[in-house]
Amino acid sequence: MTDDLGAAGVWLVIVAMAIVTYAMRAGGFLLMAYVPMTGRVRAFLQALPGAVVVALVVPVAVSGGVPATGAVLVSLAMMAWWRIDLIAVVFGVAAAALARALLT
Amino acid sequence: MSAVDSGSGKPFWSWAGFRLGFRRGLTIAPGIMVFGLVVGAAAARQGLSSIENIAMNLFVCSGIAQLVALEAWPSPITWSAVATLALIAAVLGARMVLMGVSLRPWFGQLPAWQSYPALFLLNDSSWLIAMRYHAEGGRDAAVYLGAGVTIVVGWMMATCAGYVLGGFVVDPARYGLDLVMPVFFAAMLVPLWTGRRRAYAWVVAGIVALAVQHIVAGWWFIIAGSLAGALAGAFLDEKARA
Repeated sequence: MTDDLGAAGVWLVIVAMAIVTYAMRAGGFLLMAYVPMTGRVRAFLQALPGAVVVALVVPVAVSGGVPATGAVLVSLAMMAWWRIDLIAVVFGVAAAALARALLT
Repeated sequence: MSAVDSGSGKPFWSWAGFRLGFRRGLTIAPGIMVFGLVVGAAAARQGLSSIENIAMNLFVCSGIAQLVALEAWPSPITWSAVATLALIAAVLGARMVLMGVSLRPWFGQLPAWQSYPALFLLNDSSWLIAMRYHAEGGRDAAVYLGAGVTIVVGWMMATCAGYVLGGFVVDPARYGLDLVMPVFFAAMLVPLWTGRRRAYAWVVAGIVALAVQHIVAGWWFIIAGSLAGALAGAFLDEKARA
C-alpha cells in the first residue's frame, strides 16, 4: 500500500491522531470503571500522580545537564519555601538561563 | 479557596472553581505558549494549510505527539504513513491513560455525559493542577475544566502565532523557556509529597525512567517509570494489604 493519498492524506492523519489521542485520554478512565476499588488499587492511584511527574522530570533534569538539573532543584526549593508555583517557575527558568549564559 | 470539603465529598461544578483553575493554569501558560510556537512553526514548515494546522492543534491537542509527528512527517502520505503517525500518537499519549486512571475516583462520580467530554481537555498541566487541588481536599471539577480551558486557549493562540511567524521564532533555550514545563512539574511535586513513607514510589519511578531512557529509544521511559513507581506504591505500602 504505497498509494499517495493526496490532499486527503493530511486530514486522515489528523483524524487518526485525534481518535488515538482521545482514546488515550478516555481509555484509562473507562478501564477503571471495571476495576474494583481495593486497598491495593487505592494505593496505586495515590502513588500514581507523583510517579508520573517524577518519570517526566528526572530524565529531563539529568539529560539536560547542569542548567536543567539546577532549574529543577531551584524550582523544588522555591516551591518548598514559598508554596507559590509562579515564584518557583520564575526562579527555576531564571536559574536555567543564568547557568546557560555562564556555561557558554 | 473552595478546597475545604472532605475527602469523600461528591464532585460538583462551580464558577468560583472554574476561575480558580483558570488562574492556576496561567502559571504554566508561558511554557505552553513557547511550546506552541515551536509546534506551529513545524506545521508551517511541513506545508500544512492554516485550517489543517488549527484542526490538528484543536483535535489532537497533544504537543509532544504533534511535534514528533511533524518531525517524522512523510511525503507523500500513504496508508502506512497514517498508521505510523497514529502509532506515534499512541506511544506519546500513553501517559494520559494513567492520568485518566487517576481521575476515576473523582470524576467517576460524575455522569458520563459530563466526564467523557471533560476528558477531551486532559493534558499534563491541567491534570497536575487538578491532582494538586484534589490532594488538598478539593472536589470542584470546574477547577480541572478552568485549567484545561486556559491551556487550550493559550495553546491555540501560540500554535497559530508560530504557524504565521514560522522561522522568526527565537531560540527559547537561551532564556531557559524550554524548561518551563519540567520546572513547573518539579514545583508541583512539593504539594504532591505525602511523607517519607511513600517516597520509595518516587525513587522507583525515577530510577526506572532513567534506566529505560538509556536502554530503549523513544519515549517509553515516561510510561515505564510511572507504572513502576505506582506499582511500587501499591505493593510496598503496608496499609494497602488490608
